[in-house]
Amino acid sequence: MAKEKPKILEGSISLPYRWAIGPVFTRFFEELKDKKIMGTKCSKCNRVLVPARKFCPRCFEETTEWVQVSDKGTIRTWSLITFEFSGQPMPPPYIVGLIDLDGADVAFSHFIGGIDLSDIEKVKDRVRIGMRVEAKWRDERRGNIHDIEYFKPV
Amino acid sequence: MGRAVAVIGFGQTKHGRREDVNYQELVYEAVKAALEDAGISPGDIEAIIYGSMPSAMEGINAAHLYLSDAMAAFGKPLMRVATCGSTGMSVAHSAFYHVASGSFDIVMAVGSEKMFENDPQGTMETVADPWFQRAFISGAPGVFTMQGNQYSHRYNLPEDRVREAAARISVNHHDNALDNPYAHIRVKITIEDVLKSRIIAYPTRLMDVCPSSDGAAALIFASEEKAKNFPKKPAWVKGLCYCGDEHFFGDSDKVVWESAIIPAERAYKMAGIQNPRKELDVAEIYNPFTYQELIFYECFGFCDRGEACKLVEEGVVLRGGELPCDPSGGVLCTNPIGATGLIRVGEAALQVTGRAGDRQIPGAKMALSHAMGGVDQFNGIMILGSEL
Repeated sequence: MAKEKPKILEGSISLPYRWAIGPVFTRFFEELKDKKIMGTKCSKCNRVLVPARKFCPRCFEETTEWVQVSDKGTIRTWSLITFEFSGQPMPPPYIVGLIDLDGADVAFSHFIGGIDLSDIEKVKDRVRIGMRVEAKWRDERRGNIHDIEYFKPV
Repeated sequence: MGRAVAVIGFGQTKHGRREDVNYQELVYEAVKAALEDAGISPGDIEAIIYGSMPSAMEGINAAHLYLSDAMAAFGKPLMRVATCGSTGMSVAHSAFYHVASGSFDIVMAVGSEKMFENDPQGTMETVADPWFQRAFISGAPGVFTMQGNQYSHRYNLPEDRVREAAARISVNHHDNALDNPYAHIRVKITIEDVLKSRIIAYPTRLMDVCPSSDGAAALIFASEEKAKNFPKKPAWVKGLCYCGDEHFFGDSDKVVWESAIIPAERAYKMAGIQNPRKELDVAEIYNPFTYQELIFYECFGFCDRGEACKLVEEGVVLRGGELPCDPSGGVLCTNPIGATGLIRVGEAALQVTGRAGDRQIPGAKMALSHAMGGVDQFNGIMILGSEL
């Protein structure tokens, strides 16, 4: 047998999906169109969960009480993404973060924007854990998580 | 805990870019090595537990169907267990429970990954739900950097101090990998190299982050009765536990991280360990990211909260220290994800049986192995000891 370098065969898998998101997430996204961020409150542990859930994952009780939380909050943590990978939401650099929205008991994942990202030193001076931020709403809202473009410094 | 269970064989491939073999051939290499290590034949294996990352990683769904031939699975029960990064640990736990239950005497645990066949970060991102979190998770480095930043802030630690400790962990583990012939990344590096390496997600740099690797591992678990009849010294499972967080990344605290703290506490209790820093001789911590390893030192009770940098500064967790961590070079130097957790268990087994070669911690009798998985969602521990 000839000593050849083992071959590489190329291919790809691309599949379409249709995801049923259920009544709770449907309402959450409808409310986003009206610039409202909604949570649900657990009657057992009293935590306000955002995004709204059908049930509390810890108490396993249905959370039927809807509560509007603020579109302002505090940065719990953040990360400046400077590497590239497939399926990335936008070309780097960009900042992702966890935001403790006023009135919520869990943190909300989103982008942190409105900041000059050209120089890491500048970003470090500008973005800090504990910093106050508010939602930058899109003018045209379609009922998905990107109706909020990002959270910007207050 | 059920019946006493021991690890009687461990095999792993040379890890790295393994385009010299296909996926089946890679798994065959590890399984063959484990069987040879235990000195048994495929017919002695009664059941097989297999694990890998989401199948999108290699583009062959339910990979255990394709890989069954490479695991000598003909005519045997075979199942696949998947918990992302902690898969290997889940596979080990599952094999343990099969034997501990009394239903099987010899069970093989297998884990594998071929990460150069796809874009691993692209696959990992699809683990998060597509409506709320996927866009904001941004691969493993994004998640781990958020966690690391939160850690430094929580205890008001100077950025430079944490940076230096993380760099020392990287240098220590890269040095360790030089003594591990199976490790993927085997290069001598300095603190300067770490601090100058490319920024991935500030402050995380390339040398703070694990590689993508191709590789496989297999472990053979046996009942007390069987293990005692083997010529090689068995490594006994002394304690184990696995815990998870909620799926939403913002629902739980990742610094005082309960899904890491609880399994360590429970596993220590089973193993009769009261002071892990003194009673453990070595630990194989799942550390895809240097900053995260600092958090694990605290979650596993090696030091008080906010004191992890001190463990590095005093050399406690470095080579030659009181509790050396990752003498294999760890995940930081080798990361075929589906196999990675299993390698931690296998390396711990080698340590307590004095068979770890150049990476042996002299006289090691009690070892902790650990794996973490998901978007910081799961942690599992298995403690191995030299005595029943």
